[in-house]
Order: sequence, then structure tokens, then C-alpha cells
Amino acid sequence: MEAVNLWDALAVIASAIVGSMGLGGGSVLILYLTLVKGTPQLRAQGINLLFFLPCAVTAVCMYQKQGLLRWDILWRMTVGGLLGVLLGQMLLRQIETKAITALFAGFLIVAGVITLFSKQESTEQENAEKGK
Amino acid sequence: MGVPVGVINILLGAGGGILAVPILKKCGLDQKEAQANAVAVILPLTFVSFLLYARGQYVYFAENAWILPLSAFGAILGATIFKKLSPRFLRKLFAIFMIWAGVRMLWKL
Repeated sequence: MEAVNLWDALAVIASAIVGSMGLGGGSVLILYLTLVKGTPQLRAQGINLLFFLPCAVTAVCMYQKQGLLRWDILWRMTVGGLLGVLLGQMLLRQIETKAITALFAGFLIVAGVITLFSKQESTEQENAEKGK
Repeated sequence: MGVPVGVINILLGAGGGILAVPILKKCGLDQKEAQANAVAVILPLTFVSFLLYARGQYVYFAENAWILPLSAFGAILGATIFKKLSPRFLRKLFAIFMIWAGVRMLWKL
């Protein structure tokens, strides 16, 4: 990431747009860094975590104003999630970088397939919303 | 119930949100709410993951600081169009992109 060019800037903005919608913008930035810029996987992941902080803070403030956040559920998931982070940290020390890259690729494929074929469910829910 | 979200978030440095969406839907949230709340769930997880990465020296803060304002700018755009947009088309498009990227990544390994 020595010289920042227009494509770097566009990649960050695009990732933030996708990321702020909860669609996995992080994967866009990591892919850009690893596949286009040749950044090592773990370093790309670190940059992505940093990147996501202002993106998420901004989005969360806006969603709070829009009345979309459900704090009752959020608290419970966050506590579990923090436990998961500590667990993941222990795993991270044990796993080779290559295995993490493979895991990342596998995760993308599985998440992509699930998202692609979840059509029925989301259509039903959207219809239910309209019916309210 | 958030445990797998945290594990994925730190191991992959991303992806916690994608995983949080279906879990939130199971809690009774609709698609849009689930996506918005997923961002809120992974914000603290990302913060802790980032601190742990920084300690492991996977992060070079100074040379990447330019990312921060652009990230906030992109989020304003995203969160503004979010309420007007039917996210279904975008999700499908993005799903195809993820599959393609995953395959390409494995190919290069």
C-alpha cells in the first residue's frame, strides 16, 4: 500500500458501501488487497479490521436514527461474539496462513451459495412486510 | 449465540456480519433489520479483533490511516441508500461475486 491511487480509494469506498449494509464489505477489501495489491493475507485482514471501524461506527449511528437497531438482541449476541473472538485468537496462533486463506476462500463460497439460494425465504419475508 | 460470529471475525478479519445476518433472522428480525443489526454486532468484535491483530503486528496503522475517512464516507453513502433500496438484487449480485472470488482464491493457492 505504498502509493495510494484512485483504485485504492474506490476499493475502500465500495467496500464501505457494501460493509455498511451488513453484506460483507470486508471481503471486498481483503480480496482487493490480496488479489490486486499482493498484500499478505493476515496483513490484509488486519487492514480490513481497521477499515471497518469508522465504517461501522458511521453506519450504526445512522441505523440507530432510523430506528433499525434491536439492542435487546444485540447485547446477547455481542457477549457471545466476544467469547468467540478470544477463542478465535487462540486458533489463529495455531493455524498456518495458507490454511487461513483456504478457510477464507471456503467461507466466501459457502456464504455466497447460501445467500444466492435464500431467495424463497427473503421473498416471503418481504411479502409479509408489505402485508402488515 | 454470537460465538461463531466472533471466531470467524478474528480468524478471517472479516465475514462476521455475513454470518450474523442469518442468526439475527432466526431471532425474528426481517432481512433489513438483520443486516443493520449485524453491523452493530460486529463493531465491538472488530474493535477487539483489531487490538489483538495490532498486538500481533499484523497492522500498519500510519500507512493505512488514509482509509479511515474514505471508509466513513462510503458508510454514509451505503446507510443512506440502504433504506430506499430493495437489497435483494444487490445480495444476489454480491453472492455471485463471493463465489467467484472464493474459487479464484483457492485456484491461486
